[in-house]
Amino acid sequence: MPILEHPAYPPATLLCLESLVPCRESQVSMLLSIFGERQQLSFPSIFIYGHTSSGKTYVMKTLLNTLQQLPHVFVNCVECFTSRLLLEEILIQLQNHSSETRRASPVPCDTFNDFVRLFKQALVSQNLQDQTVLDRAEQLREMEANILPAFLRLQELTDRNVTVILLSEIVWEMFRPNTGCFEPFILYFPDYSIGHLQKILSQNHPPEYSADFYSAYINILLGVFYMVCRDLKELQHLAALNFSKYCEPVVRKEAKERDTRKLWKNIEPHLKKAMQTVYLREISSSQWERLQCEEGELGQIKGLSAHAHVELPYYSKFLLIAAYLASYNPVRTDKRFFLKHHGKIKKTNFMKKHEKTSNHLLGPKPFPLDRLLAILYSIVDNRVAPTANIFSQITSLVTLQLLSVVGNNDQLDGPRYKCTVSLDFIRAIARTVNFDIIKYLYDFL
Amino acid sequence: MSTRSLSKGCFVFKPSPKKRKVSRTTAYYFREGSSDLEDSELRFATCQSLQKQVKSETEQIEEELNEQLFDNLVSFLRRSHSAFQEKKTEWTCRTKSREIPTAALVLGVNVTDHDFTFRSLSEVLQNNVTPYIALLEAKDCPGIKNLMQKLLGQLMNCCIDVDSSEEEDYEHVSRSRVRCSMTTLINWYESATKRTDSETPGKKRTSSRHWQSPPVVVIFKDMESFTTKVLQDFVVISSQHIGEFPLVLIFGIATSPMIIHSLLPHSVSSLLCIELFQSLSCKDHLSTIIDKILLTTQFPLKLSEKVLQVLINIFLYHDFSVQNFIKGFQLCIVEHFHSNPLSVLCCQLEEAKRRVNSLSHNQCENVRRLPSFRRYVESQVSEKQIALLTVDSSLKEAVQKLLEDLNVYHENYFPILRCLHVFTSSLPKYPLGKQIRELHCACLENRVWETEEYESSLQLARMLNKSDLVTMLQKCVEILVSSPGREFDEIVEKLKEFLTQFQKLEEAYQERDESISPQKELQKKTNLYHLQKTLLELKESRRSKKLTKFEMLRFEVVDYIDSLVRHYLVPADHKTLHEIVYFNTASVLREHLNAAPRIALHTALNNPYSYLKAFSTVVTAAEGPTADAASSDQVDDVIHARFIRAVSELELLGFIKPSKQKTDHVARLTWGGC
Repeated sequence: MPILEHPAYPPATLLCLESLVPCRESQVSMLLSIFGERQQLSFPSIFIYGHTSSGKTYVMKTLLNTLQQLPHVFVNCVECFTSRLLLEEILIQLQNHSSETRRASPVPCDTFNDFVRLFKQALVSQNLQDQTVLDRAEQLREMEANILPAFLRLQELTDRNVTVILLSEIVWEMFRPNTGCFEPFILYFPDYSIGHLQKILSQNHPPEYSADFYSAYINILLGVFYMVCRDLKELQHLAALNFSKYCEPVVRKEAKERDTRKLWKNIEPHLKKAMQTVYLREISSSQWERLQCEEGELGQIKGLSAHAHVELPYYSKFLLIAAYLASYNPVRTDKRFFLKHHGKIKKTNFMKKHEKTSNHLLGPKPFPLDRLLAILYSIVDNRVAPTANIFSQITSLVTLQLLSVVGNNDQLDGPRYKCTVSLDFIRAIARTVNFDIIKYLYDFL
Repeated sequence: MSTRSLSKGCFVFKPSPKKRKVSRTTAYYFREGSSDLEDSELRFATCQSLQKQVKSETEQIEEELNEQLFDNLVSFLRRSHSAFQEKKTEWTCRTKSREIPTAALVLGVNVTDHDFTFRSLSEVLQNNVTPYIALLEAKDCPGIKNLMQKLLGQLMNCCIDVDSSEEEDYEHVSRSRVRCSMTTLINWYESATKRTDSETPGKKRTSSRHWQSPPVVVIFKDMESFTTKVLQDFVVISSQHIGEFPLVLIFGIATSPMIIHSLLPHSVSSLLCIELFQSLSCKDHLSTIIDKILLTTQFPLKLSEKVLQVLINIFLYHDFSVQNFIKGFQLCIVEHFHSNPLSVLCCQLEEAKRRVNSLSHNQCENVRRLPSFRRYVESQVSEKQIALLTVDSSLKEAVQKLLEDLNVYHENYFPILRCLHVFTSSLPKYPLGKQIRELHCACLENRVWETEEYESSLQLARMLNKSDLVTMLQKCVEILVSSPGREFDEIVEKLKEFLTQFQKLEEAYQERDESISPQKELQKKTNLYHLQKTLLELKESRRSKKLTKFEMLRFEVVDYIDSLVRHYLVPADHKTLHEIVYFNTASVLREHLNAAPRIALHTALNNPYSYLKAFSTVVTAAEGPTADAASSDQVDDVIHARFIRAVSELELLGFIKPSKQKTDHVARLTWGGC
C-alpha cells in the first residue's frame, strides 16, 4: 500500500521516491501537497528545521531530483558567504537550466533589487512553479538585514510562481527579524529513532552479502554506538569502516553467516575500540583501515591527544607559570605568596566574600604586564633581566594561544593578558622545572 | 619591517649579518668601524667567504634533517591521492563518507624556524608532486572571504607561471573580478589540468615530475592563530566539493595536535581524515647543527666557551630557534673579523701560512701583544726571546709553527672529545652532561680532569660492565679511524688490543665453570640503584679477594682514556695564538642579541638632565653643524625653553607622565608591548 499519492505524478515515480526516502514519508507527502501541481500557485516560503542529519537536505534533493517536473535551484549558504555570491549563484543555476548553452560570465548582481530584476528575466514563464532551496539558512542572518525578509516574499516581489525553501538546524524563532516579516510555513523533521536508523542503515547492504546478515551487523553496531552517536552519516561511515572486520570469520570459513553470537564476540571489542579512537578522530579512518588490514596492534599509532606535551623554552615556562598565577590568584594575595616576611595570614579572615568561590570555577582574570613580570622575577631562582627576549617571548606565547591579550590595545595603558591554559597543562609544565605550583595557588591553600 | 606580534609596542630587530653583506658599501663600513686598518680588505673577503660557506652548510644540514619528514608527507599525499582516484563503484567507497585528507604537522614552538621549513616543503612538493600549493597565514585571513581570495590568488598565480606570457595579461585583469567561490576554483582546476594534459605531447615538461591530476595542497602555516569560524567554514565548504577535485590540507601546528579538537567541533573535525606528522625536535636539531658546524675542523673560526654559552642560553632559555642560533654564529663571524686585526690569519692552514709571510710590522706588533704569545715568549730561552720580540722574520717563522700546532691540536681535540662523550653519555646521572656540547663547554672552560664531575665520571666508568665497555671501545675505534688526525694509529692499535684482551677473557670464562655468574648478572644492571649495590659488593669482594682479570683490564682501559684526555683535551685558551681563531668577546654578543630596552629607557628617562642634553644634541644636529653650541656645557636658553614646552606637550598628550617620586620625574608608559 503506497503512502504517497498525488494526482500530478505517475504512481511508479512516487513508489520509487518512497523507497528512497524511508521514514520520511509523511513529510514528503506534506511537501507534495503544498507544491501541488505545477501550474498551481504554491506557498511562497517554507521553513524546514530539524537536528543534524535528520534528512533535510537529502530528502529535498531526492524529492526535487526524482520528480523531474520540478525545476529547482539548490544553494548552500555556508558556501556563498556574502550576499552577492549567494544571489549570483542562484542566478547562474537558473540560467543553466533555462538555457542549454552555458553563459560564460555571470551578470554582476550586488543588490536584491538587481536580483529581482534578473530573476524575472531568467524565469520568463509566469505560471510554472520553481523551487529555490537555501541550505544552512542560519547563515542568512549574518548577511544584510534585507536578505532574509526579501527571500521570504520572493514570490510576491518577482511575480513568479516561486517557492523559497529554507533548511536549518535551528528553530524559526531564532530567525525572526525585529522588524517583522512574512511568516513561512514551518515544517519539522524529527530525529530518527533507533528503529529508523536500523531500517535506513540496513537498506544499503553490500551486494556480496545478504540483507539479513548486514542487518544483524547494523544491530550490533547500533548497540555500541547509539548511546554516543545518532548522526546517520557518521554511523554509515563507521558501518562501512568496520564491516570488513565483521566479515572476517565468514571469509576465513570459521563461522557461518547465521552464527550471530560468534560474529558478535569477534566484532564487539573492535567496535568499542573504534568508539574511543576513530569516532573521536583520534586516529584517522584511513589509518584505522590500514590497521585492520595489517592486523597490527593498536598501540602502534598514538592518537592525537597522546601528543599533548608541549616543549617550551626555559623562561617561557616560567612566564606561563607566572601568568597562570596572576590569572588565578587575587591581587591581594601576591604579598603573601611572593614576599619573604609576609607574616601569618590565615585564609579564613583573609578571604573576602566573593573570593570564597573557587577562582578556577570563575576562569582566568586579566592582569597587567607589570604584575606578570613581578611574579616572574620572584619565582625564577636566578636574576632575570627584562631583556627584549623576555618580551618577545610573551608575544610568542600570545601567538601560540597560551596567553591572550585582553581589552583594547591602548597605547597608554600597559597591555593586559589572560592565561588560557588548563591546570593540568600548567602542572605538567611546572613539573619539568621543579616548581610546585599548587603551593602558590590560592585555591589550593 | 613587520613583526608577528599583534600587540603594539617597541620591537627590537636583531641586526642580520646577511643584510650587511649585501649592501653596497659594506666593505667601506667594515673598514670604517674597525679600530685597526690592518688588512681590512682581506679580512672582509675571508669573512664573506666563510659566511657563504656556513650558510650553504647549514642549509644542507637542514635539508637532510627534514628529508624524513618530507618523505613521509609525500607518501601521505600519494596515499590520499590514490584513494581519490579509486573506483567509486566499490561498496565501502560508496558508503563511507568522503573525508578531506589532512596532515597535522607538529613543528614545535620555535615559530621563527617554521618559515624556512614551509619554504622548503613547498619547494619539495612543487618539484615532485604538484604545482598547486597555497600557503595561508592567519594574519591574512581574518574572514572566510579573505581566505578564499588569498587561496584563489595564489593558486591561479601559480598557474600563470606555467602559462605563456600572452595569456598573462588576460588572467591578471580577470583575477580582480573573479568570483571567490569554490565553483570558480573547481572550474579553474578542471581547465588547468586539462590544459597541461593537452599540452604535454607538444612540449615535454612539468607533467613528468608532477602526478596525474595533481592534488591541490593548502597549507595553514599557523593553525593556532586562525579563528575558529574561518577554519570551520573553510572545511565545511571544501568538504562539499571533495569529490570534484583532490584537495589536501596541511595544518602547521606549533603547540600540540589537541588544538585541532579545541578549534573544530566534532561535526567539523569528522569531515577530516587527520594524520599526524612530527618534525624533529628543535633540541635535536640544534645538537646536529652544533655537531656538524662547531665540532669540526671544517671552519677555521671557533667559539670560546663563554660565547657558545651565550648562544646556547638564548636558545634554551628564550626562543628554541635554530635559525637564531645560526644567525648568532654568523654575527660572531662578522664581529670577529671586524674587531680583531689578526683575524686575517683565521683561515685554512695553508692559506694562513702564506698570509703570515706578508704580515706588516704593525701586525707583528699585534701578535707580540697577544697574552698567549707573551706567555709563550716567556717560556723560551733568552736569545730566542729577543729574536721573537725584535726580529719580524723569526716571529713569522714561530707563528707559522704555532699555527700548525694549533691546527694539529684541533684535529686531535674533536675526535678525542667524541670518544670521551661515548663514555660519559652512558653513565648514570650524566655527571659531565648528556649532550656533547656540555662536555665541549666543560673542556673549553678549564682543565676538565681537575673537576669533580670528571672524577666521579671516572669512578662510574670503572664500574661499567663488560659488554658496555666493549661496545664503547668499538665506537671509539670507529670514531678515530674515520677522523683525519695523524696520531691516532697508535691509539687505535692500543684500543684494539684492549678489545682482543676482552675477547680472550671471555673465552677463558667460557672454559671455566659458571661460578661467577651472580657477579656477572650484577654487572649487567646499569641503573643507579644497582650500581650502588654493585659498588658496595665490589668493595666487600675487593677487601676479601684480589681483583679479577676483568677488573684489572677495566682499570687499565679507564686509565688509558684518562691519559688521552689529559693529553688532548687541554683547554683552548692554554694554547698559544688561540686569540686568532677563537671569538671570545661574549659581552659584545650579549649586547647585540639580548638587548634590554626597558632598562635603557628607564635610565634615560629617569634623569631629566640627560634627557635635556640628549634633546639639545638632537636639535643642534638637526639644525646643522654649528659646533660651538654643542661644545659648551651650557644649554642654550631657547633650546631649554623648547624642551620644557615639548615635555609638557607630551605630558598633555599622555605619552609621558611625572612619576610622582622625588628623585625621578618622568616615566614613559609605552613600554608595555615590548
